Amino acid sequence: MSIDMSQFVDAFLEESFEGLERMETELLALEGGGDPETLNTIFRSAHSIKGGAGTFGFAAISEFTHGVETLLDRLRNGEQTADRDTVNLLLRAVDILRAQLEAARDGGEADPAEIAEVRTLIEAHLGEPAAEAPSSQTADTAVASSGAGWRIHFQPHRDLMRTGNDPLRMFEVLEEFGTLRVSCETGDLPGTAAGFDPEECYLAWTLELEGDTTEEQLREVFEWVEDECDLNIEPLTADAGAGAEPPDAPDAGASAAEATAAGGTRQPAASRGSESSSMRVNTGKIDALIDMVGELVITQSMLTDISEQLEDDPSQMEAQIERLRNGLAELERNTRELQESVMGIRMVPIAQIFNRFPRLVHDISGKLGKQIELTLKGEYTEIDKTVMEHLGDPLVHLVRNAVDHGIELPEARRAAGKPETGEVTLEAYHRGGNVIIEIRDDGKGMDAERILAKARDAGLVGPNQHLERHEILQLIFEPGLSTADQVSDLSGRGVGMDVVRKNIRGLGGNVELESEPGQGSRLTIRLPLTLSIMDGQLLKVGEETFVIPLIAIVESLQTQAGSVQQAFGKLPLYRLRDEYIPIVDLAALFGRAEPSPLPDPALLVVAEADDQRVALRVDDLLGQQQVVIKTLETNFRKVPGTAGATILGDGQVALILDAAGIARMAAGRDTRAA
Amino acid sequence: MAKVLVVDDSASMRQMVAFTLKQAGHEVTEGRDGNDGLSKAQGLKADLVITDVNMPGMDGLQLTRELRKLGNYKFTPILVLTTEAGADKKQEGKAAGATGWLVKPFDPDQLMNTVNRVLR
Repeated sequence: MSIDMSQFVDAFLEESFEGLERMETELLALEGGGDPETLNTIFRSAHSIKGGAGTFGFAAISEFTHGVETLLDRLRNGEQTADRDTVNLLLRAVDILRAQLEAARDGGEADPAEIAEVRTLIEAHLGEPAAEAPSSQTADTAVASSGAGWRIHFQPHRDLMRTGNDPLRMFEVLEEFGTLRVSCETGDLPGTAAGFDPEECYLAWTLELEGDTTEEQLREVFEWVEDECDLNIEPLTADAGAGAEPPDAPDAGASAAEATAAGGTRQPAASRGSESSSMRVNTGKIDALIDMVGELVITQSMLTDISEQLEDDPSQMEAQIERLRNGLAELERNTRELQESVMGIRMVPIAQIFNRFPRLVHDISGKLGKQIELTLKGEYTEIDKTVMEHLGDPLVHLVRNAVDHGIELPEARRAAGKPETGEVTLEAYHRGGNVIIEIRDDGKGMDAERILAKARDAGLVGPNQHLERHEILQLIFEPGLSTADQVSDLSGRGVGMDVVRKNIRGLGGNVELESEPGQGSRLTIRLPLTLSIMDGQLLKVGEETFVIPLIAIVESLQTQAGSVQQAFGKLPLYRLRDEYIPIVDLAALFGRAEPSPLPDPALLVVAEADDQRVALRVDDLLGQQQVVIKTLETNFRKVPGTAGATILGDGQVALILDAAGIARMAAGRDTRAA
Repeated sequence: MAKVLVVDDSASMRQMVAFTLKQAGHEVTEGRDGNDGLSKAQGLKADLVITDVNMPGMDGLQLTRELRKLGNYKFTPILVLTTEAGADKKQEGKAAGATGWLVKPFDPDQLMNTVNRVLR
């Protein structure tokens, strides 16, 4: 039978990654004691990965897991204790496995030196080289064979059939090897019905098999019952099997070995992109979706019916229009529910990211000699899959910062009158149309004076500029501002806070810092639920309608006399409190009209992005609505100043404005402007 | 065509075994673990049960013992999937009432060869 095993590889990889996460979580739990089931769970995960890897052609993974499994088995049986060193070693092994699985998925290769190192450490821990993974190879070297055939005496024990074995089926297998003569011995049958139990086996057989078979092959037929029978196999005398073919056992052995070798080195069919597009969806969500489609079909037939009635009998217009309104209201409800459900399918619990943090905090605090308790809250808060994929790195950086710079060493904490063990909390929850993620620590907090001094040194803040404490704290997200006294091994690598904010803004969200000296800090990340739908404000400019994300709007206002400053050859500036904001003529910017003088009063929408503010001159503010974002890049090309386009209710296409891009264009800095 | 109950907590293994058996024309019911397998078995007179050993909740050995207690499964072939080629695991399986075993890793051909030894 030829079956393409690669079709199961995705499922194998997915469950293996889940298994690794479970191993990691439980290994960390093991450190705090852990019950016997903890070790069983870890062992089971490793065991499944090994079995699956072997079956689906990842020999190297299977082989590496074997040592891990052996070590886990010893821990499970109490032959060795799970001390901190052992746990750390096993955590490293988990990393190796993850790298190996990722390599299997993406078509790369895991670092062989590192694999060898961890393997050696595991072997050292076991006190012996880990036994080679048992191979499935059954090619035995000594293949006794008889050209003539075999005489088999088979005396089953009474209870042989109780394990579901059946002598008849074994004989049928034997028959495939050659000509089989069977004689049955009934001597053990009870003489009377009284002593007869139909569930027991009272018979014995002598079987004579003529043909070219090895003894090994025969023993294999009886392998499952070798403890449940008396078996005697001896060669038939040569004359009895005259004319039989000479044995060609070596050939059979070689082909078996070949088959195993081929199976052991099978490569995954194709390399998989790292942003693999498969995800697991709860069947409940799909069922709900099907229900809703059903409702939609009902509503549609109702509307069709109304239109027919209208055609047939125009006199009933009034009543039919009322029905039509109800039908449309129904359709609107269906559509909204459908939209929410479809979006729900892309939602995954944030636990998928949160679960890495116990390990991360464990490792870093160990290295730094800090005592930290990490609390996760709201792990089952759901978040868009794409948002989540891009959230991992920024969160890692923020948590690492909290551990590295936030929480103090135990002595310092004691001196400050705080418990020696610091607390770091990661919490996620929904608020409005947003997902909020908070990272809190009870460490030393931020020194606003120092941040301000650094910002002045870096020229980010003017010498006489006054900032509120809250504003000063947000400066840590500015490029070129590092607040660490010394760059440590831990926070020195990776991204800076400016990159963190840039990534989060790239997802349509924002991040804010609050901090009290001596009491700790709180970072709040606010993210939209999804990337493909957003709340927008519709703007009218000349004949065109534009959409601007609601989140980008600071305020909308009418200019007052004297609030606009006009300098020759430059953009007019609007004075909003203490700030001068450039006013952009959208129609002229997009080449829809000649630049025109600013009317008085003018309607402005002040938008903010990347810390730049820009005032958009518009003719009218239309409604607010949710819009579906369609990228222009995939269908057309990147258009400067826009974040995509959407289709409005009347079929008109509206461009979605990108405030940051417009600010750049207005400043003449956007070199991509056509 | 036979009715086969396949019990494994690993979805990929379950898929592979089920797919192979279906290709061979058998009717397959899947169980996610020992407990699920046992409840599926009760509503079904399977001609063959294939179960993994290491599973959360009820393991394959316990499942085998429970099945043997059911009238319907007294003589039904039960194959356990083991990774340990060691004799002790196989004997544990036999002691629990398993008909035979299949050592992982195996490929579809090995699976069908083994299945054909008990399905006739």
